[in-house]
Amino acid sequence: MNALLDRLRSLVSGRSAVIGLPYLWLLVFFLFPFVIVFKISVSEMETVQFKDLVTLKDGVLQLSLKLSNYVFITEDALYLKTYLASLKYAAATTLLCLAIGYPFAYFMARAKSTLQPTLLMLVMLPFWTSFLLRVYAWKGLLSENGWVADLLINTGIDQLLYAAGMIPAPGKLMHTPFSLVLGMTYTYLPFMILPLYGNLAKMDLRLLEAAADLGATAWTAFWKITVPLSKAGIIAGSMLVFIPCIGEFVIPELLGGPQTLMIGRVMWDEFFSNNDWPMASSVAVVMVLLIIVPLAIFNKYQAEAQEVRK
Amino acid sequence: MNPSSAGNEQRASGDAAFLRIEHLTKDFDGYKAVNDVSLDIAKGEIFALLGSSGCGKSTLLRMLAGFETPSSGRIVLAGQDLASLPPFQRPMNMMFQSYALFPHLTVWDNIAFGLRRDGLPKAQVADRVEAMLKLVQLGKFAKRKPHQLSGGQQQRVALARSLAKQPQLLLLDEPLGALDKKLREETQIELVNIIEQVGVTCVMVTHDQEEAMTMASRIAIMSEGRFLQVGAPSEIYETPATRFVADFIGNVNLMDGKVDDDQPDHVIIGCADCRHYVGHGITGNEGMGVTVALRPEKIHLSRKAPDDEFNSARGTIKELSYFGSFTVYHVELASGARLKVSLANVQRHRDDQFTWGDTVWAHWSRSAHVVLTS
Repeated sequence: MNALLDRLRSLVSGRSAVIGLPYLWLLVFFLFPFVIVFKISVSEMETVQFKDLVTLKDGVLQLSLKLSNYVFITEDALYLKTYLASLKYAAATTLLCLAIGYPFAYFMARAKSTLQPTLLMLVMLPFWTSFLLRVYAWKGLLSENGWVADLLINTGIDQLLYAAGMIPAPGKLMHTPFSLVLGMTYTYLPFMILPLYGNLAKMDLRLLEAAADLGATAWTAFWKITVPLSKAGIIAGSMLVFIPCIGEFVIPELLGGPQTLMIGRVMWDEFFSNNDWPMASSVAVVMVLLIIVPLAIFNKYQAEAQEVRK
Repeated sequence: MNPSSAGNEQRASGDAAFLRIEHLTKDFDGYKAVNDVSLDIAKGEIFALLGSSGCGKSTLLRMLAGFETPSSGRIVLAGQDLASLPPFQRPMNMMFQSYALFPHLTVWDNIAFGLRRDGLPKAQVADRVEAMLKLVQLGKFAKRKPHQLSGGQQQRVALARSLAKQPQLLLLDEPLGALDKKLREETQIELVNIIEQVGVTCVMVTHDQEEAMTMASRIAIMSEGRFLQVGAPSEIYETPATRFVADFIGNVNLMDGKVDDDQPDHVIIGCADCRHYVGHGITGNEGMGVTVALRPEKIHLSRKAPDDEFNSARGTIKELSYFGSFTVYHVELASGARLKVSLANVQRHRDDQFTWGDTVWAHWSRSAHVVLTS
């Protein structure tokens, strides 16, 4: 009896409460809504109401799951195409953020320690302005006679972009894959820099000295020591950019064009144009699953990195 | 006169030094971490730089490795001036303090790291790594990551990694600093054996005098960027050149006095509590103020007054510290000065054990002292 009481007491102890609270939060605000969305995705619409999944009629318990939405997603090429497009643009954005963010984070972590808080502040400064405003500003910068557009056209960079297939014609920069990826890279860059900086700043610099002592040039030491040791930071930053980019709606809406249909837009259309909530929910469920897989890999790496640090 | 430079001139005229450090200075914004230091080290020597933290010993070692650029002076290794060589081209390897093993690489890859940078063929790298693993007896642990090893094993990986490239000079930065006392004592001997087996010349930095004494063939005592004394461990212990060195190395009783009688074969020095008869001549003159240094283990205790009118003092035991193999007695003399006396505990039980409050005579031989004039 006493043992049972002790058990109960330990369950409500501070430690379990602290650990339990975030789980409760996720349960209530993530898992529960997700179950609802999933339920909608397999429900039949009856004018404006969903049919019950489980019905008891004449003593027969019936469970009806409408899977046609999922079948439709696999059959209609539009969905596959937009999923792939979303993955493609998210991947391109992630790579660009990494290419720009890594050197930035690296030199920030190696800058004078008195300078670092300022640099960190500058990275976070854009968050002070509305995200919508900042994205909208690119519309002005990239459309005809915009500063950035003029610069790109005068320097001939638009020719390169055209050759790379990122814009449909030289001089046309707005509403193209180029403007979309540019906008997403611009918006998500801080999310790449911050975890990378955190990782690189705590690296043991004597390891680089040890590498130099053993005959490695600065370049070799960077690729053999710094990069492998910052793997956790690279993964964290990439996930923070990649995952929200897949479902991004606002930036493709403002900066993208007919070429750059992404899954967020498809979902919007299903919800608000077609009013087909079950279909929209199915698209959402598939998207969440697409994100959960990389997250699981990420978690696995995190656990391994923890193991190394022990 | 700076004893290190005296040693240098002597050595330089004889055999050619393997590693020669000439008037090396490192200036950090006006603070001279290393101040005009010169040193010759012979091939095969294990040389220790000993000093408390901030004395410049690590800066000196880092200049050898190439991580710091000297403000002035030269470093010559086997006839080659190292000034123009970046760290990754220097024919020397360093074992870092707390090892700096690469955490993401296995023991095998850690040791192979330097060999691969030289572009050696795979088979040769493997042979060399296996040989190193055998040397430090870690063959079984080749596939482990550093964090899966104990402190002592990590230390041996670090040693293997720094020896893998067969460096001309091995630099050790506090090689045993991260180990606990018991393991340190065992490792000291093992480390020396391995270094001697390989035959590499070695410069080590340490703040642990025991480590320096047991491992090194010669020691340089450093303070404020300068060498205070360079010599073999016994030389430094038994004939310290200055008050600082005498006090820094081991325990010592320092008594100030002045020369009463100066003869070619002996001197008599008067101190507050006793008169010293020193059985050798000194460079000085009568009336000169000197310090007499007396090691605690060179003093004996007795209950009766000794026959000799010199070299003895009466006092009371105020404190004693038992260390197992020996006991240190603090004897308070008439002037209030305290004399540390260490006696070996040869017998398990003694009937007339000295204890607190005992009045005793401390006495010492005519060759026990070191007279310090500076």
